[in-house]
Amino acid sequence: MKNIKYLLLGIGFGIALTKSEAISWFRIQEMFRFQGFQLYGIFATAIPVGMLSVWLIKQSQVKTLSGEPIAIPAKQNNHGYIIGGFLFGIGWAFTGACPGPLYAQLGSGLTVTAVTIASAILGTWVYSLLRPKLPH
Amino acid sequence: MEWLRQPWPWYIAGPLIGLAVPALLIAGNKALGISSSLRHICAACFPANIPFLKYDWKKESWNLFFAAGIVIGGFLSGYLLRSPDPVAISAKTVQDLQALGIEPQTGLLPHEIFNWHSLVTFPGLIFIVAGGFLVGFGTRYAGGCTSGHGIMGLSSFQLPSLIALLSFFAGGIAATYLLLPRILLLIR
Repeated sequence: MKNIKYLLLGIGFGIALTKSEAISWFRIQEMFRFQGFQLYGIFATAIPVGMLSVWLIKQSQVKTLSGEPIAIPAKQNNHGYIIGGFLFGIGWAFTGACPGPLYAQLGSGLTVTAVTIASAILGTWVYSLLRPKLPH
Repeated sequence: MEWLRQPWPWYIAGPLIGLAVPALLIAGNKALGISSSLRHICAACFPANIPFLKYDWKKESWNLFFAAGIVIGGFLSGYLLRSPDPVAISAKTVQDLQALGIEPQTGLLPHEIFNWHSLVTFPGLIFIVAGGFLVGFGTRYAGGCTSGHGIMGLSSFQLPSLIALLSFFAGGIAATYLLLPRILLLIR
């Protein structure tokens, strides 16, 4: 099963998200109120580690496990990033979670999060439906 | 084992979260991102002939395994590694939230808002259902979430991701100061 490695990486990612309290509604409030450093500290260390890794991968032309060259897809800029980003930010403050944390909250035993996830799936579906009519 | 139960400081968790970027690239050329899993679920279960949902989601199934892993990781942390103390947010945040009727407590979410009973109340509907909807709608509209833009996008020096991340914060701050106090008033 080639997908098992992603399951294992997801487990590690989920533990780090939960134990660092990055999925805590309270921590998210602390962040949006600029009253604590925990989540800023996470961004401020995760991003440079990611940057350094990407740079090293490009420099030394590291290959994937199956020997392919590593390619990173470029994000295409559009207005949706601003409008959609703002709407997501509101949802982030309400639920205390972005998509990754939603899954972790559910796993940690908060069963009502299943409703939040179902609503997020509905939101994605409605976006898909309305996409041709929305400004991008 | 005991130190694992304590909340992890940012300087331990942050680098580990950042390492997900090279780990996924090396594992199979995958870009870290989680909100796409919501799209794959739509494409797999309710495609409804919508062009944006007509693609071979099975090719992206790694993302669903990654999401399932996060559920398991949350479970392991929530049961085996559960921290016994209330989240140690700053005194100022505690004070601000108490003024809104939310008491310090253990666990990840305030039980005043997030429980099955509150689903039939207006604040519960806003926080859980409208909040979830905005997470799904907004991340897809923005082409990614905190992981995809905030960590992966910035790690690969992509300007659009910085714009997206700043928009996430603008929305979150607006909701925190303008919407949250008004909605929480309705709980009391």
